[in-house]
Amino acid sequence: MKMKKHQTILILVLIAVGIKPLIAEQAKGPGLGKAIAPEEIAQWDISVFPNGEGLPEGKGTVAEGKKIYQQQCLSCHGENGLGATGDQLAGAQMALTSDYPEQTIGSYWPYATTVFDVVRRSMPMTVPGSLTNNEVYAVTAYLLFLNNLISKDDEMNATTLPKVKMPNENGFINIYETDEKN
Amino acid sequence: MAENNNKDADYTYVAGNGLIDRRLFLKRGIQFGVISTLASTTSSIASAKPEDNITGGFNPARPPWMNQMGGPFSTYGMPSKYEDDVLRFPTQNESVPGNGVSWTPLHLMEGTITPNGLHYERHHNGVPQIEPKKHQLLIHGLVKTDLTFTIDDLLRYPMQSRICFIECGGNSNAGWNKLPSRAEAGYFNGMASCSEWTGVPLSVLLDETGLRKKAKWIIAEGADAFAMQMSIPIEKALDDALLALYQNGERIRPENGYPLRLVLPGWEGVLNVKWLRRLKVTNRPVMARNETSRYTELQPSGKARMFTFIIEAKSLITSPSANMILKQPGLYQITGLAWSGRGRIKQVDVSADGGETWAPAELQEPILDRSFTRFRMPWNWNGKPATIKSRAIDETGYVQPERSELVKQRGRHGFFHYNAITNWHIDSDGFVSHVYDKNEDEKTSNDTDIGIDSGWD
Repeated sequence: MKMKKHQTILILVLIAVGIKPLIAEQAKGPGLGKAIAPEEIAQWDISVFPNGEGLPEGKGTVAEGKKIYQQQCLSCHGENGLGATGDQLAGAQMALTSDYPEQTIGSYWPYATTVFDVVRRSMPMTVPGSLTNNEVYAVTAYLLFLNNLISKDDEMNATTLPKVKMPNENGFINIYETDEKN
Repeated sequence: MAENNNKDADYTYVAGNGLIDRRLFLKRGIQFGVISTLASTTSSIASAKPEDNITGGFNPARPPWMNQMGGPFSTYGMPSKYEDDVLRFPTQNESVPGNGVSWTPLHLMEGTITPNGLHYERHHNGVPQIEPKKHQLLIHGLVKTDLTFTIDDLLRYPMQSRICFIECGGNSNAGWNKLPSRAEAGYFNGMASCSEWTGVPLSVLLDETGLRKKAKWIIAEGADAFAMQMSIPIEKALDDALLALYQNGERIRPENGYPLRLVLPGWEGVLNVKWLRRLKVTNRPVMARNETSRYTELQPSGKARMFTFIIEAKSLITSPSANMILKQPGLYQITGLAWSGRGRIKQVDVSADGGETWAPAELQEPILDRSFTRFRMPWNWNGKPATIKSRAIDETGYVQPERSELVKQRGRHGFFHYNAITNWHIDSDGFVSHVYDKNEDEKTSNDTDIGIDSGWD
């Protein structure tokens, strides 16, 4: 019995090695990567996840966001987020199933955190990276308010933002993980 | 045709309306008709130079360039000035000039490799001017050791080269419109290009950082003004992802990601993150703007397809194509490109009777995995109106769909991943235009809306 068990383990190990030939046989690098401290990584890492992971400290209100929007965003995204040379962000009238679907934050975007993420990393296009975290929270709050997703007195911060319920959260089909054939 | 030695007896017809067996290409002395572009028709008149006549006209036996010393060497060669209409075609956001695309002029090119200066561009906020000595790549997250690499570091790693196409997920999106695009073939299908990329396999660097057990996705981020980020499954990263430093033998051009670009063979362009600065290994996708609000495909049901990474098989006749002219009836060379994100192209069929009958085209060797494949087909045009089209079949057996099929399946508002068959109609004057199949004429007498979807991606 004992021998058999050992043999079984050996075979399992061989299979495990066998099914990962890529890793076993691949070229080895010279190992020139340099270690980096977590505090430094924190300065690079600006990715925000749907559960709020990656959100910084700070807060902003709808009223503050409206002021910033009018100065920094309106010229491309239009009055009340209705769109111009930039994407329409709010005010969808036509359903996603209609002949003229309007894909706004409120009607289409699945996660509220994505608004914070893209505003902080990319906006405004003329001076990206110029808004403080508080300002990004405020603009996010205003955009969510325009889409009737929060009320005008709500404040957005790392705790409240991931809790905003997005109407189209379940509107997507993950093609890669559900259907390998696209 | 009176002007050449072609004999109709040489032609073995293999499909309707004049398609000839591709083995005709093996015969000697076959002469093909002239296909001209509108631009070249006009420029050949405009460029007749007065100095040619000063010395009593041009003498082909001793042309003037044989009577004077040639030009100097150059440190970096440029195309002939007579080819100055072979250009990318930019279309951009009027408020943000760096947000837009420039199209590869596929209809003015031959072969399969895209010269670096003509590779398509899609930028979300312009081309960053990166100093390579100051650029770093950070790999962190669910790794055993977080590491940074300089470009000088990466240049000392074992490299690999591979030829592959890159196609924007938004390529050919005018195909969803109710009326056919009037643009030249490359100017609505040329968000696709093919290069030889050389660099360090990502798996080598992930071997160095080590991966933790829960590692399932990698978020790749660029050092452009958009700080573009995309989530990529770890299997692809470990399979054939390349950190490219070179394109067609020279360092990658700024507009294609200098100094470092992620190349994911066969996967849609936006995932091939340019100006790569950061790879965060995670257990889930980040749900970035460009994988939620864009690069997802809204279906008639109201649900949207997400993470549609793989480029399905597609083909396109590049000549004759929209806005070209066939000067007279006779023998022509139909030529085009086919590609698939799932592997090699197995076959390209061509039809000259609007899809009634088909025959396989000649495929130019070498036929490479997830690369442009050139096809050619001889065709005897009888001078009457004709519709030509091509359909690609890849090694998985996938067949490129007709437009009506694709629209039936996906509706018209998915915007991305349009890969339907393109029809070119040749009228009795030889003028070529883009048409849809008769059975998919979606326009009604009251319908003046041409249904153009907006947006850059």
